[in-house]
Amino acid sequence: MLQGEVLTNLDRPSRSYIQLSLRRLYRKKLSIVCLAIIVLMYGSGIFAPLVAPYGYNDQDLTKVKQGPSFSNPLGTDRLGRDMLTRVIYSLRTTVIITVISLVTGSLLLGITLGLLAGYFGRWLDGIIMRVGEVTASFPDIFLVLIIVATVKPRILTWVHTFEDSTGIDWIVRLGIVDYLVISLALAAFSWFGMARLVRGQVLQVRENQYVEASRAIGSSTLRILAIHVLPNVISPVIVSISAGLAGIATAEIVLSWLGIGIQPPTPSLGVMIFENGNLSVLRSDPHLTLVPSGVLVVLLFTFNLLGDGINDAFNPRAR
Amino acid sequence: MGTYIARRLMWTPVLLLIVSFITFALGQFGPGDPVQILMGQYSDPEVVERIRKQKGLDDPIAIQYTRYIGNVLQGDFGESFQYRGRQVSELLGKRLWVSAQLNLAGLIISVSLGITIGLFAALKQGTWWDSAAVSFTLIGQSLHIFLTAPVLLIIFALKLDILPTHGWEGFFSLNTILPAVVLGIPGIAIMTRLTRASTLDITGQDYIRTARAKGLPERIVRTRHILRNALIPVVTSLGFSLAGLASGSFIVELFFGIPGVGLLTIESLFARDYPIIMAVTLLGTTLFVLANLVVDLAYPYLDPRIRLRGNYVAR
Repeated sequence: MLQGEVLTNLDRPSRSYIQLSLRRLYRKKLSIVCLAIIVLMYGSGIFAPLVAPYGYNDQDLTKVKQGPSFSNPLGTDRLGRDMLTRVIYSLRTTVIITVISLVTGSLLLGITLGLLAGYFGRWLDGIIMRVGEVTASFPDIFLVLIIVATVKPRILTWVHTFEDSTGIDWIVRLGIVDYLVISLALAAFSWFGMARLVRGQVLQVRENQYVEASRAIGSSTLRILAIHVLPNVISPVIVSISAGLAGIATAEIVLSWLGIGIQPPTPSLGVMIFENGNLSVLRSDPHLTLVPSGVLVVLLFTFNLLGDGINDAFNPRAR
Repeated sequence: MGTYIARRLMWTPVLLLIVSFITFALGQFGPGDPVQILMGQYSDPEVVERIRKQKGLDDPIAIQYTRYIGNVLQGDFGESFQYRGRQVSELLGKRLWVSAQLNLAGLIISVSLGITIGLFAALKQGTWWDSAAVSFTLIGQSLHIFLTAPVLLIIFALKLDILPTHGWEGFFSLNTILPAVVLGIPGIAIMTRLTRASTLDITGQDYIRTARAKGLPERIVRTRHILRNALIPVVTSLGFSLAGLASGSFIVELFFGIPGVGLLTIESLFARDYPIIMAVTLLGTTLFVLANLVVDLAYPYLDPRIRLRGNYVAR
C-alpha cells in the first residue's frame, strides 16, 4: 500500500516552486477575485474599441452632464461624451503605459542590471548601484516631472518635422509620443528598485554550490545566469510586479492630472479628474469626478490586495 | 561601521552634485528661450542678445553650471524668470514655510491616529476591533488623494458647509483641516499597519512573558516594555514618510489652492522658470537624501542588533 503510494507519487511529474506557489495563490478566493477584476479592467482597456459603446470623442451636446442612465451607465461629461466610454479608453492608456514601463524599466533594465551587478560585483556593481542611487534620490516622481516637461516638447518638434517630411500624420494625433515619453520616463525612474531587489538575491544565489558546479563543468556565464541564477531570483520579482504596476499607473494619472502627461483629447483618468475637478462641478455633478477617481481607487485596491496575496503564496513561511 | 558612515557622508555631496547637474542639463535641453519668455512676444532681437550675454546664457553649459553652483553655495539661487526681479530664495522661503506647515499637520494626523489605532488593534488581537483595523489599513493605503479630496470636499465643505473649500490662513485655522486630513489618510494606514505588526512581534517576546511572570502590573508591561520597543520601527519610518508626504502635498496644494512649493513648482514648469525649478529640485533632493542618510545612520542606535558593515550596504 505504502509502496504503491510512493510509486504513484514518483510517477507524477514533480512540481516546480512556481507551480506550487501558483496553486497556493489559486486557493485564495480574494486574490482570484482581485485578479479577475484586474483582468476585466485590463481586458476592456485592450479591447477598448470593441467594448466601448461610443467613440471616446463623440460629443452629444443635447445631453450634457447627465447622471447615470440606461444609454449612459456612468453619465455624460460637459461635452456630452459618454463617461463609461471615456473610462474604458482611459484604461487603455493605463494598460499601454504600465505595460511598456514595466517591461522596459523593471523587467528588462532592472533584472538585467541587477543580475550583472550581483553576479559580477566589483566596479560594474559600483557603477550600476551608484547610477541607480542618483535616479532614486530625486524625491518621488520629480525626475519624471522634469524629464517630461523638458524632453517631451523637444521630441514633439522632431516628430512633427519627421511627419512633415514623410507625409505621415498619425504619430502625434494618436498620442504615441505622449505614451512613449511618459512610459520611458517612468521606466527610467522605476528600474532601480527592481535592480536592487534582484542584485540582493543574486548575491546569495551565486554562492551556491550548484553555481560552482556548473562553472566547474565549463558552462558559459550566460548559461549560468540564465539557467541557474535567474530562475532562483524570479519569485521576488513576481511578488513586486503588482505593486510596481499600481505605482506606474498612479504616476501616469498624477502626471496627466498636472497637465504634462497624456494630452487631451486622448482620455486618461488623470485628464478626466482634472477636467472635472473644480468646485462648481463637484457641487452640481459630483459623479464626473467620482467616477474616474473611484476607478483609480478600485485599481489600486485590487493591485494592493493581489500583491499581498501573491506575497503570501510565494513566501508561505514569511507570514 | 566608521568606514560606512565616512563613505556615506563622502558620497552624499557627490550625489547631490550629480543630481543638480542632471537637472541643470535637462533645463538647458528643454524648449523655450528664457530671455524670450521674459521679454514677451514683441522683443528687440538686439536687446535679447544683450541680455543673453549679460546673464552668461551663451557660455558653455559646464561654465554656467559651475557659476550656478558657486552662487547656490552662497545662498543665491538667482532671479525668477516669471516674477521679474524677485529673488528665488525670497519667493521660495514663504512657500516652503506654508508647505512645511501643511506637511507637519498631515504628519501629526497620520502618526497620532496611526499609532493609536495600531496599538489598539494589536492589544485587542483577534477581536472585531482588530479585523476592522486591518481592513482599514488595506483600504486606506489605496485611498488616493484623488478620491479622498473630492469626497471630503463634497461632504464637509459643500453639503455640510462647515469647512472652507480652499485657501490658506496659517496653521491654526479651519482651512488647514481638510488638506491635512487628506494628506494624512494614506499615512494613517501605513502607520497602523507598522505599529500593529511591531506590537504583535514584541508581545510575543520572551521578556514580555518574563515581565508578566514576575508580577508587573499590566499597565507597566504595556507602557514600559511593549510600547517603547514597538515604536522603534515606527520612529525610523518617519524619515521615509516625511519624504513620501512631499509628493502628496504637491497634489493637495493644487487641489485646495494652497500657496506652497507644489503650486509654485507647477507654475514654474509651465512658465519654464528654470531658476525656480532648479532650486526646488536641489532643495527637495537634498532633504530626501539627508532624510535617508539620517534614517540609515539612526538604525543601529535605535536597534543595536543591526550592525552596519564596512562595505556599502544597499538599503
